[in-house]
Amino acid sequence: MPKGSVAITTERCKGCGFCVEFCPTHVLELSSAFNAKGYHPPHMINAEKCSGCNLCGMYCPDFAIFGYRNPVDKPQKGTHS
Amino acid sequence: MSTTELHVHNPVEDLLRQDRIPTIWCPGCGIGTTVNSFAHALLGQDIDLKKTAIVSGIGCSGRVSGYMNLDSFHTTHGRAIPFATGLKLANPELNVIVYSGDGDLTSIGGNHLLHAARRNMDLMVVCVNNMIYAMTGGQAAATTPGAANSTTTPYGAFEPELNIPQIVDAAGACFVARWTAFHVMQLERTMAKALKKKGFRFIEILSPCPTYFQRKNNMGDGLAAMVDYKKRSKIKNGCPTWETVLEPGGEIIVGEFVDREREDYLTRMRRQLGSNYTEFPPQMEEHESEGCSKEC
Repeated sequence: MPKGSVAITTERCKGCGFCVEFCPTHVLELSSAFNAKGYHPPHMINAEKCSGCNLCGMYCPDFAIFGYRNPVDKPQKGTHS
Repeated sequence: MSTTELHVHNPVEDLLRQDRIPTIWCPGCGIGTTVNSFAHALLGQDIDLKKTAIVSGIGCSGRVSGYMNLDSFHTTHGRAIPFATGLKLANPELNVIVYSGDGDLTSIGGNHLLHAARRNMDLMVVCVNNMIYAMTGGQAAATTPGAANSTTTPYGAFEPELNIPQIVDAAGACFVARWTAFHVMQLERTMAKALKKKGFRFIEILSPCPTYFQRKNNMGDGLAAMVDYKKRSKIKNGCPTWETVLEPGGEIIVGEFVDREREDYLTRMRRQLGSNYTEFPPQMEEHESEGCSKEC
């Protein structure tokens, strides 16, 4: 299970590409699909790499995306995650 | 992938007026990014949001007061600081934040900025500098760099630009900083620090304007400007403000330049008036009741 994930409100997106450019683990990419206003919202291409750091949310000028950390279900017994 | 439905909620949305979203800002504009940093700075602090007011003038950045779910005041062009001064003097308990643009604060309201810094009014001023009057149609402002094209300077501006941190520092502000829209985390920390401080605090934020500034000067879109900020900016905390001039193509010096203690206006007024001064009697708290009152 990845450490985090992003939630995207596609209808607010204006396709500026800030989240795609500045994602530290390069999780996002602008999709070829359109939203109602004709912009290309981002989607996740490397979902397993997402750390949930919310840097995409900090950069998004339209409050359309934000990252969150997945809750840890059970404590890991081994040292390897 | 987890199949459980997670209830996730963007914490910034608590501070926004949902019915006003989507914003009017162009794709690639950096003002929304600065609002994110501001909202995170407010949420991370132990601040009473009921006693926080945001004042802004006219312009793209002036729309921020309308989008934030705080007590807000959208004032006339260039007069955000005088309105905020009145607000602070009438109710000293309020934490007043002025959030406006460069054309509004330094060009039309330039004198107000100087004198608020001289008086050391207890205000936090956030100036989003996109180097042009964007909302009114792309006219050259005092911060437009020399030789830049704009609607009113089609052959390039023949005037050097204003270095805002330098004049604010010279006028006597007690906290001066500059970041760009690229430095979101640093901006959040600086805003959190400025929110706690007393006196005149000034934060300049460079932001892209893809529609009027970048397009007229063949500088690409908003993303290109952000990548350019990343490349050109250099963090120099405590740098003397006369060295922070923005040169086209040169280094962008960012950081917290000035952090000093100085007696603010209200403290000084109370000290000089001594026993002649009495605080305004506390107002009865209005109870906000849900639904209608008996009369309606």
